[in-house]
Amino acid sequence: MLDLSKYQSIGAALKDALDQFANQTCLIESDREREKERLTYRDFKNRAEPLAKMLQDANFRAADRGAIIMTNQSKWLISAYAILFCGGILVPLDYKLTPDEQWQLLAHSGARVLITEYPIWRQLAGSHGRSSATSLAHIYVTEAPASADLGGAQRWEDALSNVAPPVFGPRARKEVATIVYSSGTGGRPKGCMMTHENYLEQCVALTSLYPFAPGFRYLSILPTNHAIDFMVGFFGPFICGATVVHLRTLRPEFVREAFPKYKITYVSLVPLVLKNLQKGLQARFDALSPGKRKIFNGLVALNKALTKSQPRLGLSHLLLKQVHSGFGGELRAIIVGGAFTEPQTLQFFYDLGIPVANGYGLTEAGTAITVNDLRPFRADTVGKPLPGMEVRIVDPSPDGIGEISVRSKTVMSGYLNEPELTAETIVDGWLKTGDLGRFDPAGHLQLFGRKKNMIVTEEGKNIYPEDIEAVFESLPVKEFCVFAANYIWPQRTMVGEQLVLVIHVEPGQTVTEDLRQNISALNSRLLNYKRIHGIVLFEEDFPRTASLKIKRNILAEQLAQRDRAGAIQSL
Amino acid sequence: MRTIDQTTQEILDLATKHFNVPVGTLAPDDDFFKKLGIDSLQTLELLSRIENHFNIELPDYEVQGVSDFRTLASRIQSRL
Repeated sequence: MLDLSKYQSIGAALKDALDQFANQTCLIESDREREKERLTYRDFKNRAEPLAKMLQDANFRAADRGAIIMTNQSKWLISAYAILFCGGILVPLDYKLTPDEQWQLLAHSGARVLITEYPIWRQLAGSHGRSSATSLAHIYVTEAPASADLGGAQRWEDALSNVAPPVFGPRARKEVATIVYSSGTGGRPKGCMMTHENYLEQCVALTSLYPFAPGFRYLSILPTNHAIDFMVGFFGPFICGATVVHLRTLRPEFVREAFPKYKITYVSLVPLVLKNLQKGLQARFDALSPGKRKIFNGLVALNKALTKSQPRLGLSHLLLKQVHSGFGGELRAIIVGGAFTEPQTLQFFYDLGIPVANGYGLTEAGTAITVNDLRPFRADTVGKPLPGMEVRIVDPSPDGIGEISVRSKTVMSGYLNEPELTAETIVDGWLKTGDLGRFDPAGHLQLFGRKKNMIVTEEGKNIYPEDIEAVFESLPVKEFCVFAANYIWPQRTMVGEQLVLVIHVEPGQTVTEDLRQNISALNSRLLNYKRIHGIVLFEEDFPRTASLKIKRNILAEQLAQRDRAGAIQSL
Repeated sequence: MRTIDQTTQEILDLATKHFNVPVGTLAPDDDFFKKLGIDSLQTLELLSRIENHFNIELPDYEVQGVSDFRTLASRIQSRL
């Protein structure tokens, strides 16, 4: 592993890694059962530098912003490195957003350059949002068919004909390296400005617990624009000379095959996928004959007893060979993140000898704040603070539960173009997370719900109630507002979060069956995970600011006076 | 060669079987995320079944953003 304390920027560290590990396998790309590509670090450099040169020839300079919208594949990382090599600020955007949402974030980020895939570009080019991204000067599209009309974009592959070397763009630790959108796409995009120092420090902390080395293979499934995959599926493995495996087809059967085929060392998943994996395994165990099942359960119990104080991977692999060979036999840990994972699921895997590196983090804090150090494994907590993280509980109640606050070199420099929001979120150097937690006597953090007006789904999607209000605009009532129920009535739980619609009807109006049906019909337009669960009637005018915006915190306080169960009417 | 209506019906039949819902529940213009209450991962599982049935390969990007059976059928039809 490179000594990251010597580096000023992630671009500089990656540049050295490409030389130091030149002969190691850097990337493997597979599509179904076919392996499409295998690149060494030298190959990677030979593709990325011509692209950097093409960007520089197009006048892309240090501190200019370059966005990427791509599925997980080798060209994502090659493009990201080219942008960072130039000293540019990387803007990784979610390929799963709608084209309009993507244009909105492209405009918000002020990106000068966009690098994307042809199928995504086809959708983007046909969207009305294009006119909003006025700063966008150059678009590079990968894998476009020869006859395709690129609508003003250029071919990414044309870069490969560049022979002149690009000029490296040095950056300083405190300068912005990336702008990462932590959440949805409602009226107020939140672009976290992450510095080079944020990444360098986080990488040192994470690799101290979960190290990479040449020969280790990371399977990249979470989108690479996500903070976790960017760290453990790009920067972390690269500065250690490890290999990243990309699958162009993320069907469950191909993902399953990839584990034994590439002898995967680490993978990151969201809790929902981990739970599905658990269900699949459980079904297989349940199908065993009574005799075999008894032996199997005995082996699991033995493994559990022998790994109580710490994981013993070799021993677990020996005891539960069948299970481990399905995962390729070299899996060291499954990294899970993006949302809260239920302890029962974590324990299931640990008892099989597959440690799950669960933790707690948010983009604003540079990915992870706490991680389970597995010594011992504690399914009921999210682990201890990573090295370099100061974590405190603010205004704890008598039982020790309060808001989690973090101070660290990994905390973002702020939200792009949102100085007020930044000042509300980072106070005297401490990042207010809006999450409720408590430390147990052994120093492990336990989570107890949220005090912020948002919910997180098992797929790791952050949902801000404000962002879904537009759907109810036609509702014939005086005023309405959507809240996370746990924001109004804090519940000490991380599961089963719900949204409620608060309505104030016109004078003389009553809540009729027609109105309820109207609400249900509008609700059904929302994706499943964004739907409201119930309605709350409010009899007075909503408190508003001078500019007539709803004072949500005051309204929530007024609603909180009521009994939760009595106030929420199910739909 | 199948017509688009045949392709659509076969997809509806496959989804009906795959998600174990009563016959006749699903219609071509239904949003399958909403109607079936499924997530994107479960949709990928259905796609594998559809690929096997029609003996085609459907790249993940082809179905990105598709949420109703009729559009899905047209994407498949173009590859038959």
